Amino acid sequence: MLDLDRVAREFATPDGRTYCALRDVTLSIRRGAFVALVGPSGCGKSTLLNIAAGLLAPTAGAVRVEGAPLDGLNRHATYMFQQDALLPWKTVRDNVALGLVLAGASRVEAHARADAWLARVGLTAFALHYPAQLSGGMRKRVAMAQNWILDREIVLMDEPFSALDVHTRQRMEAELLSLWESTANKTVVFVTHDLEEAIALADEVFVLSAGPESHIVSHQDVALPRPRDLMELRTTPEFVDLYRAMWAVLRDEVIESQRGRA
Amino acid sequence: MTSAAPRVGGHRGRTAVLAWQVALASSAIAAWQLGVELKVLDPFFFSRPSDIARRMATWLVDGTLVRHLFVTIEESLLGLIVGAVLGVALGFALARAPMAARVLDPFIKMLNAVPRVVLAPLFLLWFGLGIWSKVALAVTLVFFVMFFSTYEGVRGADRVLIDNVRMLGASERQLVRHVLIPTALTWIFASLHTSLGFAMVGAVVGEYLGATHGLGYVISQAEGTFDTTGVFAGMTVLALVVVVVGAGVSRLERWLLRWKS
Repeated sequence: MLDLDRVAREFATPDGRTYCALRDVTLSIRRGAFVALVGPSGCGKSTLLNIAAGLLAPTAGAVRVEGAPLDGLNRHATYMFQQDALLPWKTVRDNVALGLVLAGASRVEAHARADAWLARVGLTAFALHYPAQLSGGMRKRVAMAQNWILDREIVLMDEPFSALDVHTRQRMEAELLSLWESTANKTVVFVTHDLEEAIALADEVFVLSAGPESHIVSHQDVALPRPRDLMELRTTPEFVDLYRAMWAVLRDEVIESQRGRA
Repeated sequence: MTSAAPRVGGHRGRTAVLAWQVALASSAIAAWQLGVELKVLDPFFFSRPSDIARRMATWLVDGTLVRHLFVTIEESLLGLIVGAVLGVALGFALARAPMAARVLDPFIKMLNAVPRVVLAPLFLLWFGLGIWSKVALAVTLVFFVMFFSTYEGVRGADRVLIDNVRMLGASERQLVRHVLIPTALTWIFASLHTSLGFAMVGAVVGEYLGATHGLGYVISQAEGTFDTTGVFAGMTVLALVVVVVGAGVSRLERWLLRWKS
């Protein structure tokens, strides 16, 4: 579905040197999987996601989507950003309908389908509000509807809930999971710095090393049964064992990244 | 949604502010009048509020006010529209063409540095004594405000919004329509007050330096005969018009930018 083959990315620094954010990243994501990428902050997780989205070209290596080399933007994917990416001058309904309108759907049809999605994320009463009038959690739900309405095969998510308070965040995670479980064959690539969130949500977790020259240091299957009850999951022995095993790897990278910072 | 409680306080605040404003204005006018009556101020140089009010009433009755005010407003609006169209168009074009922007940068700054009063006689020669020389002067002022607002607005458009809309499938043209134009519009609306003020300054200065109609012409005629009452009456009318039009622009702006809660 989505394959990265020895992908590297370098950036020019302001003082004229090159900074190598990613090196030799190879990973293969199968159709319908929920995959999490975890790593310490500044490890190039977002860079990796931007490369998968086609917003950024790798300086070496190849990206393949459905077997075909990626050229330009990834039209099989939508992207949910960490920051607010809703258009502030459009109403909630127009924001959700945006992708359909861009694809040439009629206004009436786009609105009807947007309304169905608003009902699904529980925001029917807010269809005519503007994003600035919503809470952080509501804005995230609008963003989810805006992405999922297009029904593309891949959903890329860059720390989408990191700005939310912990309870809202758990609720959004549960809503995301039920959304994903109710749609067949949708592939999710979820970037986070929170290992707990990664294990709770994903089928597979990739751990990235601290930058520069981030690469994948660990790959773990999460064989927890679905549907998952996120309220109870985190205290089960299976979860704790997985967490302990993966934290042993991630811990060293976090320490490494802190040292680089200080 | 969250503004219900503050709005009550805000309303009470507005009434208090208005009361203070009326009190301040009346005491200033009263002090002025008293100063003249007590012969502290010479009416030849300072006129007096009652005379100014009477003069304005005369103008209103004999049609002078409407005739001249209409011309000034016509020139200002034409200047505003032409200046805005040109400024927005060039601002947009240069924001999308960085190379051209860098080439033209020093020339734009040079042109903006020219004092407009110096241009007025030239425009009189080129466009005549009628309204178009005043419109041209207003355009030279409005253009730059609009140009810089649009240019900065489009260039400063939020990267995340652009990426998001592109990922959702926007073509280059749709990107302009759904992100860049709305971004620029917020800047343009925000500079509408300044632009409108500049348009009126351009029109009045143009009239002042050579015209047959308009408030600037009325003021300059009065000055020519040492008629301070006429000068102050003209200035007062101008000030009132700016306040009224400004309130209108504020309403328009609030409506256009209503999404900014």
